[in-house]
Amino acid sequence: MSEAIEVNGLDVQLGNYRALSDVSFSARQGDTVAILGPNGAGKSVLIKAILGLIPAAAGEVRLFGRLASEVPPEWIGYVPQLKTLDRSFPATTCDLVVSGRRRSWPGRITTREHETAARMLAIVGAGHLCHKPLGWLSGGELERVYLARALIREPRLLLLDEPATGIDIVGEDDMYCYIEGYQKRSDAVVLMVTHDWLAARHHASQALLLNRRVVSFGKPETALTDKSMREAFGHVGHRHAPCPEVPYV
Amino acid sequence: MFEAISLGFMQRALAAGVITAVIAGYYGVFVVQRGMSFIGSGLAHAAFGGVALALLLGGEPLWIAVPFTVIVALLITWVRDRTTLSLDAVIGVFFATAMALGILFISRIPTYTTDAFTYLFGSVLSVTWTDLWAVLAVGVIAAATLLLWGRWAYATIDREAAMADRLPVRLDDYILSVLIAVTIVVAAKVVGIVLVSAFLVIPAASARLVSRRFLGMTVISLVLGAGTAVVGLFASYYFDAPSGATIILTQTAAFLVCLLGHALAGRLAGAPRSNSS
Ligand SMILES: Nc1ncnc2c1ncn2[C@@H]1O[C@H](COP(=O)(O)OP(=O)(O)OP(=O)(O)O)[C@@H](O)[C@H]1O
Ligand SMILES: [Mg+2]
Repeated sequence: MSEAIEVNGLDVQLGNYRALSDVSFSARQGDTVAILGPNGAGKSVLIKAILGLIPAAAGEVRLFGRLASEVPPEWIGYVPQLKTLDRSFPATTCDLVVSGRRRSWPGRITTREHETAARMLAIVGAGHLCHKPLGWLSGGELERVYLARALIREPRLLLLDEPATGIDIVGEDDMYCYIEGYQKRSDAVVLMVTHDWLAARHHASQALLLNRRVVSFGKPETALTDKSMREAFGHVGHRHAPCPEVPYV
Repeated sequence: MFEAISLGFMQRALAAGVITAVIAGYYGVFVVQRGMSFIGSGLAHAAFGGVALALLLGGEPLWIAVPFTVIVALLITWVRDRTTLSLDAVIGVFFATAMALGILFISRIPTYTTDAFTYLFGSVLSVTWTDLWAVLAVGVIAAATLLLWGRWAYATIDREAAMADRLPVRLDDYILSVLIAVTIVVAAKVVGIVLVSAFLVIPAASARLVSRRFLGMTVISLVLGAGTAVVGLFASYYFDAPSGATIILTQTAAFLVCLLGHALAGRLAGAPRSNSS
């Protein structure tokens, strides 16, 4: 079976800043790849390069055996880290979810579309939000709605950039469960940026540790060792341990 | 009422006024939601430069003002696309430049001319058959772009999502700016360069106040555009007042009504609703 996603020697240049150098990894259908790394490591840049939002300086991205630019856009579901949407736009939550299906803004929504959107929202625990104006949604609500928007097109590749941001603890566990549920049903590949390496260990089949280049890639147990974490982050402290002395400026 | 309609110039003015108001009301919803309300003003002043050039060269003003304004619109969009400058800064640069050119052109015209004032303040009497045909052509194009409504709206609410879905977002920016430029020039004849930007902004902004969905906003903006043009033109005829100013003040009245509606709806919606549909 061919790889569902294959990144080969990817370089990304932003102005005179080399954001990514020689990034290579691959995953198959049904895999969940957790992408980890410090702030500014280029995780979001990698996701955007896979989407074609940022051009590659060298290397290539192949999805399902084709060049990424030749894959039908509806095969890819994307939840961005920074929500760039205009919150003052007159729209209901259901409008936004339906737009994920249509790849165009909906004027009249058919009963079927409405039912599908409402079902997707219910799955992500946001069923009550369908008729709410977009501008009223809280951060965590918006995150859920975006996930529904990505799932409604039944993507073969799901790109999630820190999808757990702002979602409450119970909701986060639920979220991983329905992503897994969707994946079992559809055999999609999931690429998920996260800062939560417990989540990576529990929910991912592979982990990609990134810091402008690939620090390690493989099964979470082997890729996320103390040594590789130290290499990516500089040091690894104990979570919630007493803080070291910091000079007061 | 009926005597006014039987007048030839009044028929032309009504047709030109209503059609341009509807077109501007349509593009206006994108202009307002994209936060580019200033572009109407900017391009109107660019149109002034074009009209001045036409008066200097002595030709049909439309044929020179349209390409002139379109070029300015393309330059604004291009510089905006290639730099990190905000749109209002780019518009500010080009609009002042075009205006300065216009004043330079006018100062070179040997004989005194009132034509420039016709364009600055608009005049119902001055709408010619050529103007009307131009308005109709622009209207047909606008009607054709209704097919792009969903795509434009999608890129308006979330540009990055539209790009990720590989919609031609950049191309659409250029198309929209060119269409707005052409609309501004033809509308300027009716309402005047000084006031024409209101056509793009007031009906759409009013519609925004009373709409929950973008489709509703679009329809209301079109209706408000048409309605205020009709009411304003008749009012200007009966009170013998300048047509442009009268139409705009009618739009302002509509805006105030919408503002009131918005405030009332806000008060009604103040209590949390358990279920809405
Ligand atoms: N247009 C740009 N020009 C230059 N550098 C940029 C540009 N865009 C992003 N960068 C830099 O690229 C680096 C990677 O950014 P990216 O958003 O991918 O980080 P990240 O790994 O997602 O971090 P975080 O965990 O904070 O989300 C950052 O250092 C950022 O400053
Ligand atoms: Mg990021």
